[in-house]
Amino acid sequence: MIAQHKLALAQVLARARRAPLAWLMMVTVIGVTLALPAMLYVALDNMQRLAGGLATTPQISLFMAMDASREQVADVETQLKNRADVATWRFVSRDDAWKNMQADAELADVAAGLKKNPLPDAFVIEPKEHDNPAALDALQQEMQHWSGVESAQLDAVWVKRLHGLLALGNKLIALIAALLGFALLIITGNSIRLQIANQHEEIQLSRLIGATDRFIRRPFLYAGTLYGVGGGIAALLIVLAATWFFNDSVAEITALYASDFRLTVPLADMALPLIVGSALLGWLAARFAVGRALAGIENY
Amino acid sequence: MIKFDRVGKLYPGGHEALKNLSFEIAQGELVFVTGHSGAGKSTLLKLIAGLERATSGTVLIGHQNVSQLRRAALPFLRRKFGMVFQDHKLLFDRNLFDNVALPLHINGIVGQEAAKRVRAALDKVGLLGRERAMPVTLSGGEQQRLAIARAVVSRPEILIADEPTANLDESYATDLMQLFRSFNQVGVTVLIATHARGGEQSGGGRVLHLKQGTLT
Repeated sequence: MIAQHKLALAQVLARARRAPLAWLMMVTVIGVTLALPAMLYVALDNMQRLAGGLATTPQISLFMAMDASREQVADVETQLKNRADVATWRFVSRDDAWKNMQADAELADVAAGLKKNPLPDAFVIEPKEHDNPAALDALQQEMQHWSGVESAQLDAVWVKRLHGLLALGNKLIALIAALLGFALLIITGNSIRLQIANQHEEIQLSRLIGATDRFIRRPFLYAGTLYGVGGGIAALLIVLAATWFFNDSVAEITALYASDFRLTVPLADMALPLIVGSALLGWLAARFAVGRALAGIENY
Repeated sequence: MIKFDRVGKLYPGGHEALKNLSFEIAQGELVFVTGHSGAGKSTLLKLIAGLERATSGTVLIGHQNVSQLRRAALPFLRRKFGMVFQDHKLLFDRNLFDNVALPLHINGIVGQEAAKRVRAALDKVGLLGRERAMPVTLSGGEQQRLAIARAVVSRPEILIADEPTANLDESYATDLMQLFRSFNQVGVTVLIATHARGGEQSGGGRVLHLKQGTLT
């Protein structure tokens, strides 16, 4: 059985050697087609990384009640210290805030009109999980109920917006990948169909002298799968080349923002699914093509 | 070994190729199926090899009723036979060796064992040493012998040849018949369809003469 598989594979490789140009063309077509969604994925992945690394992390502003006691403020402080999901926090006392307000040129007039300090003690908190809106919401809800807390405000609008955009981007990639995958099925299927037509005589003879459908199908399935594997690798190389090509420009731009951000390809996440997915598409296309062809060469 | 019991074959369109045919062929026999073209010789051979299905009656090969075989079982029936087709059906895109190796590959025999058998088969038909040649470089008689090598390479119990000498001149045809007889002498059941009456059959062998789909 293994010998049969080796034989089929050897046949396919021999055929590829005889017509290297045709093989290369198929692999390139598949590679280019797959490179498009793969590049979008890389772009999105880098955007996500960039967004995660920027200073505009979401903050929770915790305002104490006006009548909160020193003990309650201290309690909140210890709670914040002990929490694992809080990255950093800063205490702004009502006196400091009042001084800041008076010092602020635009707010000084307003402050002057007030008889006493209207500001509460406050904490400015940076949660650890920047990019998980649900966790941020939960944290804010919980803090809201701490004793002595008047209100906890989450400035999460932009996080939600970003997530909305990224989710949209992901959906777009999925859609493009699905459409192009469908196109690849047709392209690969057609190429296999041509090969079958070229070997019509061999298939017919093989049937007459006792070949099973499985035997006849096998080399074509290998051909389709190899197209897929080759195409997946080609796509990966194209993405790597494109990233390298873009990185010069990215470096120039990010230098202006005093950042050393560079595009990176998430190879570990991407390589295997890309190649395996592509191989699977090739196999599937070949399966369809051979199935149709065999039904056409029916004898008996 | 082969038994026909009131076998009929009606092609779609109404052409009745075989009518109510009954005969038996024992193991190791040499049988000539004769008759004019259109008498049903090819159809008869195709029914035996499982390439066509009878429309009435039963065809027994061994103890298997061919007309009732499932489609998936047909390839395994066909492997019992070595077939020499009227039009050779050689593959011109590969050399002699690969042409002969095909039935072995279908049977799951590859590598050294296959190579050994391919050479033995080519040797039997006198083409050893030309394994790397392409079929197109062979003469008509040599092509026919290549087809025979391919038919016998997997050591079938039954060898079936459809008009093997049709396009050959006299001396070639005699050589070829000698070759078939030599296979028969080592125990292979041999069935040969030929339109010539007399001549080739001389020297032993039973004759089934067909006329318009019936035995005479």
